[in-house]
Amino acid sequence: MLIGLIPTAWAIGALGGLMIGLAAASFLLINGRIMGASGILGGLIDGSGQDNPGERTAFLAGLIGVPALLVALGHDAPMHLTGNVTLLAIAGLLVGVGTRMANGCTSGHGVVGIARLSIRGIVATLAYLLAGFITMAVGRHVLGII
Amino acid sequence: MRILFSAFAGGFFGLGLLISGMTDTARVQGWLDLFGAWDPTLAFVLGGAIIPMFIAWRIAARRKHALLGDAIPALPPQVIDAKLLGGSALFGVGWALVGLCPGPALAVLGFGGQGAVIFAGAMAAGMVGWRWATTANGARTVDA
Repeated sequence: MLIGLIPTAWAIGALGGLMIGLAAASFLLINGRIMGASGILGGLIDGSGQDNPGERTAFLAGLIGVPALLVALGHDAPMHLTGNVTLLAIAGLLVGVGTRMANGCTSGHGVVGIARLSIRGIVATLAYLLAGFITMAVGRHVLGII
Repeated sequence: MRILFSAFAGGFFGLGLLISGMTDTARVQGWLDLFGAWDPTLAFVLGGAIIPMFIAWRIAARRKHALLGDAIPALPPQVIDAKLLGGSALFGVGWALVGLCPGPALAVLGFGGQGAVIFAGAMAAGMVGWRWATTANGARTVDA
């Protein structure tokens, strides 16, 4: 049974991934914009994206609102989020500073950048993956804090 | 129209993140945990997302303009510098510590409770803080 369940998660993952890719494709081909979560949010709140605050706000409203609505309607969405407030705050700060310093995250550099065969996107993705693998190895298996 | 299609793209992005399981921090951390119970789902999500986007870039290369009239964004100068590597490394550390990157962090904001709000608040503070720190030095950040 377990063997039957594991590939299902992969298939559902690929299906969800297709939706993410279609969202990015429509944002590029219809709006002419790069679908990068950190760039869309960062540009709105740090004042660097003054040209299109309406588009940014609408994008974020959809991104926050649709999952919230589905969960409210009964969609099961386990999160397993840590309750460690210090860890949450430190991790959030690192993600915020790092994605703006590098001008992109998993969506902008990862999905959109790799699909464009952008060297910056590919290098950034390899860098955050490597940092993530090392942090997990040390944080979970050596220090036991994750 | 522009606003409507922005909301549509954001909503579809959120739906994809929710369906794919990327809002589950255990699944994301499982992908990063090479020395534990490794979970390859994230690779399928990324692969699934790259396929339509790869096709979109092929279409965009021919059309030059989006349907609503804007120019297709030019490829930024392909500079591999300390900001790209250092920023990505900091991001990777934070991503592994909690299992959230910016897209999912926003997608869970409406149902993830206090923890999701704390993470998103810290992330927003980090974004604004970086901007302040760099503009104070006369540097400029270019939007991705």
